Amino acid sequence: MHYSGFKVIKEALTGHRGWGPAWRDATPKAQYDYVIIGGGGHGLATAYYLAKEFKQARIAVLEKGWIGGGNVGRNTTIIRSNYLLDGNEPFYEFSLKLWEGLEQELNYNAMVSQRGILNLIHSDAQRDAFIRRGNAMLLNGADAELLSTAQIVERYPFLNVNNARFPIKGGLAQHRGGTVRHDAVAWGYARAADRRGVDIIQNCEVTGFRIENGTCKGVETSRGFIGAGKVASCVAGSSSRLMEKAGMRLPIESHVLQAFVSEGLKPLLPGVITFGAGHFYCSQSDKGGLVFGGDLDGYNSYAQRGNLPVVEDVCEGGMAIFPNLGRARLLRMWGGIMDMSMDGSPIIDRTHIDGLYFNGGWCYGGFKATPASGYAYAHLLATDTPHKTATAYRFDRFATGHMIDEKGMGNQPNLH
Amino acid sequence: MLINHPILGPRDAAEFVYKGDAMLIHRPDWQADDALAQFTDYGYLRDNPAGLHRELWFHEQGDRSWLVVTRNTTTHEITKVELARDVARAEGRSR
Repeated sequence: MHYSGFKVIKEALTGHRGWGPAWRDATPKAQYDYVIIGGGGHGLATAYYLAKEFKQARIAVLEKGWIGGGNVGRNTTIIRSNYLLDGNEPFYEFSLKLWEGLEQELNYNAMVSQRGILNLIHSDAQRDAFIRRGNAMLLNGADAELLSTAQIVERYPFLNVNNARFPIKGGLAQHRGGTVRHDAVAWGYARAADRRGVDIIQNCEVTGFRIENGTCKGVETSRGFIGAGKVASCVAGSSSRLMEKAGMRLPIESHVLQAFVSEGLKPLLPGVITFGAGHFYCSQSDKGGLVFGGDLDGYNSYAQRGNLPVVEDVCEGGMAIFPNLGRARLLRMWGGIMDMSMDGSPIIDRTHIDGLYFNGGWCYGGFKATPASGYAYAHLLATDTPHKTATAYRFDRFATGHMIDEKGMGNQPNLH
Repeated sequence: MLINHPILGPRDAAEFVYKGDAMLIHRPDWQADDALAQFTDYGYLRDNPAGLHRELWFHEQGDRSWLVVTRNTTTHEITKVELARDVARAEGRSR
């Protein structure tokens, strides 16, 4: 069923009896060409691009819970491509370009809103660093603009630009950045993949891999064995738990990141603001809630909930630049589990086991990468060569010394 | 979270800095034939279990001792706290 304005009007006049399910509730077949483990944004995007761009093949997505129930429904919905390093920036800019055409591509309203993102500057040294970053973005075909304090005050008059410790001395803006309705990304990709024949199998947990003579033949699941030509892990947050079943140890720790939303307010915050020095960032959802977050809790966790010291720290950071935040009440807070990698960058690569592929290590930057991650992973699965924007995301970069460390923190995952 | 420090008693986890898996106290032998491979594993690979996890915490806002904390990563429940010094010595290390 094609969604359109005409369809909405027709359904409105006929009692909404013509809407079918957005995707089939598929039952697992015995054998597929590709089995993708993980029905999150990245897994569904991988299935979609695999079906559309690369190979007409039998493809299944296995999801332990339900579509949209993991990190794709737990993030703070920001898209951007303001990276510095060559291994990253072309990939994230490719992702942003895919976001720009996503809704027409999927025939689904994902509420892509390019309202702009602003990174605040507090010192001369930081301005120099951000000018360098902005130039790197421009060289890679992204947009970037250095804003003065006066330009920021004009757009955001409520910001406290005279904070004693972190006065606002300017900002680096990416006007093409913004937000996307995160659930709709999962649903849109699921529906589009389903329309191309992908089997989306929910409530199907992978319990093990069948590996014979160094080749992966399929997966054992809670719904029986499913054979596969190629098996693709795509379960960021739980990557170590899954790959352990294949005997692999990963350059990853799992950490909990909390996010927050205030009660609904009238339109206040037109774009996304990040206050990196104070470990705080914020946007306003279309429902009016201020959506914000900050640092990891900092210790290994699979609990999907954090502790109160980080809540206090994030709110203090918010109050420092955004004093009127104190008049809003916190409505909800939650936690998601991040694959924190050893250099803060992801992995999209083959494994040492034939037929077993890996996508993970997204740290807390996976949402914005969803389209490019799916595209690049599909490319790798179909051709056994990395996509040109994702050649640096290799497993062996830690052994060879080719880390992609945007923050220069070294192998300490909770600092990335 | 409260960490029951073996010397100081229960302390707020916010006083501590988290380092990571307690296997990090087992630094490989730099003279071993496969030292490069051992250090790559040591530096970059982690078990990252869901469940009991032995991990290093540094009491930066307190007595600056290193602790080995046994904590459940699915519930955050702490079941055992030891001085890292005692753990290393019990395993035959001299320092």
